[in-house]
Amino acid sequence: MTVLDERRAVEQRLRPRQTGPRRRDRSIRGWVRRGGLVTLLFALPMILVFTVYSWWPILQSIWMSFQKTNLITYQFVGLDNFVNVLSDPLLGRAVVNTLYFALLALVFGFPLPILMAVLMSEVKRMKGLYSALAYLPVIVPPVVAVLLWKFFYSASPTGVFNTILGVLGIPPQPWIQDATQAMPSLVLEATWAAAGGSIIIYLAALLAVPPELYDAAEVDGASIWRKIWHVTLPQLRGVIFVMLILQVIATAQVFLEPYLFTGGGPNNATVTVLLLIYRYAFENSLGGKYGEATALSVMLALFLAAASFLYFKATEKWSTD
Amino acid sequence: MSITIKLPRPRLRTRRSLDATTEPDVERGILSPHDRRRTPVRVGQVISHIVLMGGLLVVGLGPLLWLAKSAISTTQDTIQYPLQFWPSGIDWANLEQAWVDVEVGKYFFNTIALALGQWVIGLVIATTGAYVLSILRPAYARVLQGAILATLFVPSVVLLVPLFITVARPAFGPSLLNNYLGVWLPTAANAFNILIVKRFFDSLPQEVFEAARTDGAGTVRMFWSIVLPMSRPILGVVSVFIVIASLKDYLWPKLVLTVPDVQPLGVRLPNIQSQTELDVTLAALAIATIIPVVLFLAFQRLILRGAGLGGAVKG
Repeated sequence: MTVLDERRAVEQRLRPRQTGPRRRDRSIRGWVRRGGLVTLLFALPMILVFTVYSWWPILQSIWMSFQKTNLITYQFVGLDNFVNVLSDPLLGRAVVNTLYFALLALVFGFPLPILMAVLMSEVKRMKGLYSALAYLPVIVPPVVAVLLWKFFYSASPTGVFNTILGVLGIPPQPWIQDATQAMPSLVLEATWAAAGGSIIIYLAALLAVPPELYDAAEVDGASIWRKIWHVTLPQLRGVIFVMLILQVIATAQVFLEPYLFTGGGPNNATVTVLLLIYRYAFENSLGGKYGEATALSVMLALFLAAASFLYFKATEKWSTD
Repeated sequence: MSITIKLPRPRLRTRRSLDATTEPDVERGILSPHDRRRTPVRVGQVISHIVLMGGLLVVGLGPLLWLAKSAISTTQDTIQYPLQFWPSGIDWANLEQAWVDVEVGKYFFNTIALALGQWVIGLVIATTGAYVLSILRPAYARVLQGAILATLFVPSVVLLVPLFITVARPAFGPSLLNNYLGVWLPTAANAFNILIVKRFFDSLPQEVFEAARTDGAGTVRMFWSIVLPMSRPILGVVSVFIVIASLKDYLWPKLVLTVPDVQPLGVRLPNIQSQTELDVTLAALAIATIIPVVLFLAFQRLILRGAGLGGAVKG
């Protein structure tokens, strides 16, 4: 076989793939021959899984929020579920508690990872060790973390945290057994569990800051603080905005901490919206109030969608200023 | 016809940040070499090192070391002197009691089975899906991608009840309650994993696929012999994401797996805590922490890179 033959053979093989003058075979057989069937077979697992376990449940949630159901029979009840949820005396409490949790989480947990990341990014030696230590709490399964901290929060004078406070001369605290201290205690644990992930993300973002900007700032005589304020933070702005909204969305759905630490108590001080949803659906002795649970889920989701939309509109303006 | 071209493994290149984390030659940060020579800065650096390292050791490692110590201490010791550095006697029996009497051993293997299945199914869906969206690109790929991306914006809370009903009473087929498929399949519908694999596939050189097609490689062959071998870095990252998510999950397995015999250790722990003596409970907690911590120590770089990548994709 000469080189020319070989070349012709290759061209021959390429031809059907080119959209040349040859008419595209639009029949099913042509589609199969072009690889359409194999492609569809590759797409099928994804399509099936998403249809059954993602797209369909999303649509179903809208439909279900207007139904009364015991999972066997469904009955359209109009806005009854929404009315029932909105007239639940616990709802107001749950909303306030959730907002309180989100606010405390922002105050405790939002600036800290940024500060830590900025300090850690200036470490030259043992960078990996710092990141690993910071990330360790994220690896611990949340159930283990909560049960462990539950013991740490023991109200007795020999509880772990109370012993530490005792060393500092502070009297023992009731922690999660007290209505006013319960929520901050939950936030403290949640911050410990989540901060490492944020630190790693900020560290990655810090490495993306162009060093020329610092050089330029120094030429203009900027001090270290001014470099942080005028170069580092503005460069992190995009990540900070996104992390902020992600944190709000996550804290609005807080469930595990109140469920396992306090079960919503003491005196309903830690009932959150998601705990309420869970109770409607899965902890109801009279059979699951699935309709009410879904109605509340839909309202929470709509609220979050509206909040993030407004947030992105607002920050869009700031970012372009 | 076999394809034996040795391909250079492409580096993950989604953003600069990612390159920077793997390359040590970042010249400088906020402090310039000149800054670093000034005495007040040096002192400040030393102080911040000590505070950072001390704080991270106490806050990050402290609770785990405490757990390890308490798992082999007596209840008496742990309750009366929780911060005593050295236990008055080592109580190895805790671990054995937890493993055998409280049946932690059984739940431990349930955890592993659950994670392995989730890993395999999750990986299959993420890679085949990304292959269709990134490389095969049929006419419907755009619509499909839009529909998958859209699920990222739906908070998971909306899905809780309808998804539970879908699993408990499917439109056809048996109920998936107390069946591991009821956990594996819904968690495989993860748009984030598909998205990051797709981003990686997008960065692979197109010429290789054209060359493979010319050599007569079919769709399946190209996936198995070219795309997957070239994608080892991202497969590692996604594997770690899936397995760690599986080990951390609580609410969903708790809802789907109602019979204790099939529950993973994480779901079982609150019950164990309420029914068992403290030292045995702490031993069970320690056992539940072992797998994730060992995984973390083994795949530390991969996990930390993946965590940073999560930010890059979200940002």
